[in-house]
Amino acid sequence: MINKIVRDMAAAMEGVRDGSTVLIGGFGAAGQPDDLIDGLIEQGATDLTVVANNAGSGRTGLARLMELGRVRKIICSFPRSAGSVVFEELYKAGKLELEIVPQGTLAERMRAAGAGVPAFFTPTAAGTKLAQGKEVREFNGRPHVMELSLPGDVALVEAWEADRWGNLTYRRSGRNFNPVMAMAAKLTIVQAQNIVELGEIEGERVVTPGIFVNRVVNVRRGAPWA
Amino acid sequence: MQPWSRTQMAGRVAVDIPEGWYVNLGIGIPTMVADHVPPEREVVLHSENGILGMGPAPGKGQEDAWLINAGKQPVTLHPGGSYFHHADSFAMIRGGHIDLCVLGAFEVASNGDIANWATSENDSAPAVGGAMDLAAGAKRVWVMMEHITKDGRPKLVEACSYPLTAMRAVVRVYTNLAVLDVTEAGFAVRDLAPGVTMEHLRGVTAAPLADARETVA
Repeated sequence: MINKIVRDMAAAMEGVRDGSTVLIGGFGAAGQPDDLIDGLIEQGATDLTVVANNAGSGRTGLARLMELGRVRKIICSFPRSAGSVVFEELYKAGKLELEIVPQGTLAERMRAAGAGVPAFFTPTAAGTKLAQGKEVREFNGRPHVMELSLPGDVALVEAWEADRWGNLTYRRSGRNFNPVMAMAAKLTIVQAQNIVELGEIEGERVVTPGIFVNRVVNVRRGAPWA
Repeated sequence: MQPWSRTQMAGRVAVDIPEGWYVNLGIGIPTMVADHVPPEREVVLHSENGILGMGPAPGKGQEDAWLINAGKQPVTLHPGGSYFHHADSFAMIRGGHIDLCVLGAFEVASNGDIANWATSENDSAPAVGGAMDLAAGAKRVWVMMEHITKDGRPKLVEACSYPLTAMRAVVRVYTNLAVLDVTEAGFAVRDLAPGVTMEHLRGVTAAPLADARETVA
C-alpha cells in the first residue's frame, strides 16, 4: 500500500543533506510552509541554496534559517521588502549570495525543470541588466534571453488537502509557486492542513498529482497570520 | 493650473479600459484604478500570484490569509474568478493573454522604454518581482505616474537613465498633467489637465512632444 503520509516532522525532514537546493513555496505568508521551514531548522542541514519568491520577513521562518547561517545563497524575485531585515543584514555583510530572477522566469525555470526542459528562451528581461552574460537570440523579430531550468533537491510545499498517494489541493491564492516547486524537486515534502481519504479529492479536483510528491505531514495550524 | 489628483488619474485610466479586457494593475497607484471602473462594465482583474477575477478588499473580519493580491493585501474573488499556479499566471502574461498592464515608473522614454525597478546601477539587491515579465509580456503597457520627480526632474525622457525594466514596452502614459501616447515619432499629447498648456508641459518633459489633441471647436 502506498502511503506517503509520515508520522511526524522528523520523518518528513529525514535525509535532507548539507548543500541542498531547497525550493520553498509561498507568496508572502500565503502558501508558505512555515512548519516545514521550522522542521528544516530543527533538522540541521546547512550550506543551503534557497529558492523562494521573497527573502524572508521578520526573524522567524526563512529569515531565522538565514540568520542561523544555514543559507549560502538565495534565488528570488523580490528580496527587499518591509520586513526583510535579516536578508539586508546578511547581504550587506557579504554573508549571503543573491540571484535576482524575474518572478515569471523564476516560476518557468522550475516548471521547466519538472518538465524535463533544460533551458528556454523568454522575452522577459531582454535588454536589461538581468540579461547580462546570458545568451540572447532573436525570435519573431524580438530578442529573447536563454534561461536555464532550476531543479531542486528538496521542495517544501504547503497544501490544503492531501491523500495518502500525495494528491494535493491548495487554498485560494496559497497555490502560487507550490505546484511548480513540487514538480521541480527530487524530494518534495508537503505540509497539509487536511489529510483526506483516498478518493475524497476527485480526479478533476487534484491540482498536484501524487507523482510529484514524496512525503506529506499533517499540520493543522489555522491561518498563517493567526 | 489644476493637475489631476491620483484619484482623478485613476479615474482617467479606468474610463479608457473597455469591457471584457483582462487587466493587471501594478502595485502602488495603479491599484487605485480598480475602484474607478464603472460597475456595469465587466473588466477582469489579474493578479500575478494566481488570481483572475480579483475583487475588492474584504470587509473587516472577512479577510482570508490565503487570498491576497500581488501587494500582499487581502482581497476577494468575484463570481467567475479562478485560481492557478505561478507558471500558469505568468503564461497568461508572457503568452500575450493579458490585454493591459498598468504600471508605475521612475522613467519612460520616448521609444517606450520603461525603468521602474531599480533606482541606480549600484543598487545590488533591487526587487524586480513581476515587473519585467509584465512589461515584456502584456499586450499593452500603460504607465501611471507623476509627471516629474519630487525634486523636479522630468520622468518622461529621451533615454532612461535608470536600469531598464523592458525595451519599447509602453504605449501610453497618464501623468498628473497629461495623457500621452508613445508613437513611432515619440510622445504625442492626447489630453491636458485643466489649465496646463503645451508650453508648460514641454518645460517639464525631457523629450519632444507632439500635440495630438483633438481640436475643440
